[in-house]
Amino acid sequence: MRVTLTVNDAEHTADVEPRLLLIHFLRDHLGLTGSHWGCDTSNCGACVVWLDETPVKSCTVLTAMADGHRVRTVEDLARGTDLDPVQQGFSECHGLQCGFCTPGMMMTARWLLDRQPDPSADEIREAISGQICRCTGYENIIRAVLWAAKHDRPPGEAGEPGAAGTGQEDVG
Amino acid sequence: MQVPAHFEYERATSVAHALALLAKFGPECRVLAGGHSLIPMMKLRLAQPETLVDINDLAELAYLKVEGGELRMGALTRHAELLGSALAGRHFPILHDAERVIADPIVRNRGTIGGSLCQADPSEDLTAVFAAVRATMVVSGAGGSRTVPAREFHLGPYETVVAHDELLTEIRVPIRPGSGSAYEKVKRRAGDWPVGAAGAALWLDGDTITDAGIGLAAVGAEHFAAAEAEDSLRGSAATGDAFSQAGQIAAEHCHPVSDQRGPADYRRHLAAVLTTRALHRALRRAKGTTCGSR
Amino acid sequence: MSTVTPNFPNGAYGPIRRKEDARFIRGKGCYVDDIQLPGMLHGAVLRSPVAHARITAIDTSAAEAHPRVRAVITGETLAGRTLAWMPTLSQDVQAVLATDKVRFQGQEVAFVVAEDRYAARDALELIDVDYEPLPPVVDAHHALDPDAPVIRDDIEGKADNRIFDWEAGDRARTDEIFAAADVVLAQDMLYPRVHPAPLETCGTVADLDPVTGKLTVWSTSQAPHAHRTMYALVTGLPEHKIRIISPDVGGGFGNKVGIYPGYICAVVGSIITGHPVKWMEDRSENLMSTSFARDYHMHGEIAARRDGTILGLRVKVLADHGAFNGAAQPTKFPAGFFGVFTGSYGLTTAHCEVTGVYTNKAPGGVAYSCSFRITEAVYLVERMVDVLARELDVDPAELRMKNLLRPAQFPYTSATGWEYDSGDYPRALRLAMDIADYPELRREQHERRQRALAAPPAGDGAKPDRLMGIGISFFTEAVGAGPRGHMDILGLGMADGADLRVHPTGKAVLSISVQTQGQGHETTFAQIVAQELGLSPDDVEVVHGDTDRTPFGLGTYGSRSTPVSGAAAAIVSRKVRERARIVAAAMLEASADDLEWTQGRWRVRGDPGPGKSIAEIAMAAHSGLELPNGVEGHLDASTVYNPPNLTFPFGAYICVVDVDPDTGEVTVRRFIAVDDCGVRINPMIVEGQVHGGLADGLGMALMQVIAFDSDGNCLGGSFMDYLLPTSMECPSWELGATVTPSPHHPIGAKGVGESATVGSPAAVVNAVIDALAPFGVRHADMPLTPAAVWRAIQGRPLRTDLAIT
Repeated sequence: MRVTLTVNDAEHTADVEPRLLLIHFLRDHLGLTGSHWGCDTSNCGACVVWLDETPVKSCTVLTAMADGHRVRTVEDLARGTDLDPVQQGFSECHGLQCGFCTPGMMMTARWLLDRQPDPSADEIREAISGQICRCTGYENIIRAVLWAAKHDRPPGEAGEPGAAGTGQEDVG
Repeated sequence: MQVPAHFEYERATSVAHALALLAKFGPECRVLAGGHSLIPMMKLRLAQPETLVDINDLAELAYLKVEGGELRMGALTRHAELLGSALAGRHFPILHDAERVIADPIVRNRGTIGGSLCQADPSEDLTAVFAAVRATMVVSGAGGSRTVPAREFHLGPYETVVAHDELLTEIRVPIRPGSGSAYEKVKRRAGDWPVGAAGAALWLDGDTITDAGIGLAAVGAEHFAAAEAEDSLRGSAATGDAFSQAGQIAAEHCHPVSDQRGPADYRRHLAAVLTTRALHRALRRAKGTTCGSR
Repeated sequence: MSTVTPNFPNGAYGPIRRKEDARFIRGKGCYVDDIQLPGMLHGAVLRSPVAHARITAIDTSAAEAHPRVRAVITGETLAGRTLAWMPTLSQDVQAVLATDKVRFQGQEVAFVVAEDRYAARDALELIDVDYEPLPPVVDAHHALDPDAPVIRDDIEGKADNRIFDWEAGDRARTDEIFAAADVVLAQDMLYPRVHPAPLETCGTVADLDPVTGKLTVWSTSQAPHAHRTMYALVTGLPEHKIRIISPDVGGGFGNKVGIYPGYICAVVGSIITGHPVKWMEDRSENLMSTSFARDYHMHGEIAARRDGTILGLRVKVLADHGAFNGAAQPTKFPAGFFGVFTGSYGLTTAHCEVTGVYTNKAPGGVAYSCSFRITEAVYLVERMVDVLARELDVDPAELRMKNLLRPAQFPYTSATGWEYDSGDYPRALRLAMDIADYPELRREQHERRQRALAAPPAGDGAKPDRLMGIGISFFTEAVGAGPRGHMDILGLGMADGADLRVHPTGKAVLSISVQTQGQGHETTFAQIVAQELGLSPDDVEVVHGDTDRTPFGLGTYGSRSTPVSGAAAAIVSRKVRERARIVAAAMLEASADDLEWTQGRWRVRGDPGPGKSIAEIAMAAHSGLELPNGVEGHLDASTVYNPPNLTFPFGAYICVVDVDPDTGEVTVRRFIAVDDCGVRINPMIVEGQVHGGLADGLGMALMQVIAFDSDGNCLGGSFMDYLLPTSMECPSWELGATVTPSPHHPIGAKGVGESATVGSPAAVVNAVIDALAPFGVRHADMPLTPAAVWRAIQGRPLRTDLAIT
């Protein structure tokens, strides 16, 4: 079947099988490999992307269901070289190790901060509770989102560069 | 990752269109709402429908409102919408209690209340909730709509009264004064299905219980309810003893089975403990000593 | 974060942000499933639905007729290439694709190669296999019954399910001490089967170039060089024609040490079709077929004086190794490093015996951040100490403090022959108790218990006061395998190489044999080199995970990266520094003997001049500068580091739980972890590793288990059934640190990757059992799910490795 999706503001039309899962469309057809998959049962959350305005587990959405809708993935978080504060926060606070859950976590974090700019640690815990991280014990993910909340800014304003460096601050 | 077998996909544009598609494609056709129960089953190839009718465009089924003295919820209401609805929480805090512990926030963004009910898992939380508050299900077919009491909605595990060419369209909960409600669930971990869960609704006249509803999940309760326990409460004073006794009666009438979530004896025990706790919390809410939560 | 001893005050060590994050936070990591090659095909594995059965027929004709299928491979296909069986890492063999019998549910039976991953999956359903069921061996306790079915009838002369008997320590002396002791206590305990379950499953892309004959394998590998050798041994391809690339890896935890049948099938698929073949496990395959961990049925005994002096330990273990002995551990250690079970205490004597058995379960045995079974050992001794504390009615912290090794005892040789390098154990325990405010916790607990006794829960329906429990665990790890004289895997000594090149402009490239799966090697190893050469870590590039670009070494597991490869990185840097000294001497027209290395430069001793930096020296080394006879130009070095001993990190953990006595639900309220891993190169990364390990330990203690029903069906084959902790179960971890450098490691560092996973389960379990003390509960097996806790209170504990009935 023919579908048209707007992914990260770009329109894509493709012929797909009705059973094609959205995560596979993003990864294998569009080459957007930032989103991952880690289970068969909608439990791990490595595949979280936004469908229209809300985070969903894209392993549990058919590409066909997303026909005519907008999808936003981790590749769309930064604006050019300007990182989203959530991305900066994850780096500043060591909110990632193997990096596999990170894109999904960041997409949820961005959504949370858009709705609740000043979340408590408990609210962050609740928000990411459908996503498994095997490396961090969640502690630094929570710190990363708190960092991002503190440094969040209206879109369009410049942020700090995100490349690695030694001038680190604010690491809890 | 595991992937579904082949199927055909149709997208419905209205309830009537959905019903026509269901009629056209027959019993091997399934309704696709949020997909968070069905698609995992299809990936594991435990379900292999020939056709899916996607109803996600049916905005007409996504609403929460009070009408005719009832809280009415469209079947396509997402779990997150129900959890976010102050209206629902004000009238039936049990709905928020339950929604807070159903799956996880991301799944709740997509999963629908109608989808959960129609999946008819014996451990499904909302089924127990709607049994407790004596909801009515509206089932639509080509010939019009019929209503089914929540407690008669399920025919057995993964089986409901909704025929292959019908659609669950609405859930209605009668609003009666003097009520309080609550839901208690024990799970192994956040996001897991219940090991056991109990919902309670109380309607009071002073300290006298005029009516009680008790819903149970995952403990093998007939119709997801504890009718005998409700009988024991109706007309009696709302006391701790009465609640403890109701819990015991609820437990006695369960038929729990053992699985990796827990053995049958523990689940029977949970039926008693959680029923009693839910009744206490419902009472506090009915008396207005707390609002919304414990 | 409380620190007793500061790290190196200056230099390149410190909590710098990770280099690898730049790609990960942008979604630009490159994991195996991200690899797309032209013409690439996709593989899928058909697996056995039953635990034990004879295969009588396989019909692949319908699958082969599928329009998108390119090849169907069975055991028979492989047998024709003598590939149907492969060696395991423990001197056993394992079926690649079953030819005679299937021996566990989920065992590999056939492999389909198709044009896309969906078609490959579809074709699996078109393969017909006839199974003749055989009775399975599920309960390890019955594996050695005289009438037990013999699982490994493929091994000539095999008449039972025994794999090995192994012992350590002095049996006679231990028996003597036990016979004379005031107090002897025994406790059975199970460390159940769990699975490392990294978020990325295992997988591979195999590409055999038909022209050059070169096999390139992209793989989720913790040990690329060992894999290359193994592929050469298994397939017969020459080793120089094999290149293993382990790109970004989404967590390993031991799961990605071994080679799995799917990898070999993908290679064969590529040989047969002439195309690259990708195979990625799904989650069920990962949980059901790849290396499990633990599965130790232990009987512990502890002997002590009435005054609390611990005298000895005696342990018997029944080790369930599954259908093939695939444990990944040094050859001479069939029970891994379980022999270090005397833990952190100065015991007079100890003895253990371990019997390994085959069962109809997936193979594996050492995986999941256990430091080769030290997690089982620590769990045993730390539970036994608590059992003793209960019996003697003394505080478990006090009992530990009384028996912990003292700093003056190091280096310390344990009763089972391990030489601990360094430690100040009482200091670590005191710090943990300070952070926790231990006396206040005990006071609160006492008060709550008194209150509960005075006023039993009224029928007001309020939840009853929850039971408070405080659990302590003190652990000693033994990591950094290992001295090649007595530690090898598959005959490969456990030494690791490092190459360092400094480019003319002073930028350096370090090539290492270990492989990050999230540990941050690209940052930490750059810091090591930078510290030794006076560079910025930004000026050091770390190359790893590609056998064509890195020196040989055994890889990353058993917390060995820093102890072994980290040492190699420091040594190779020092070799470069010494080369630089000669060049600097030529530049400064001084004798090399008159130079000293200070503040990151070679200077003439006593001369206030600026001396020469590595960057200046590097340019000179590549220039026309005349160098002394015999000194080559350029600035590089190689080394192979053979560790003289293991390193022995340690720590003191305190866990506080609240238990609902009516439902059995456990909430972890606080967790305090003081770790001493010697010198910390990047404390931020160390803390992150500890956080992750604590969550792991909490998960094992409370929810993770792979159980089997009586037919041998795996009951933990999905993330709905195999529960991993979420953010909701984890408390905000409270960390502390002490620093006791390792005396034999060039920079004083010890490994830390697995410390928290090793140390934390006992703390959680001890806390729960402490909470249940009013009910007289002395022990209950993990995982302590609500049902397990409630059953323990009832005095009818669950057998957690079997189906709940």
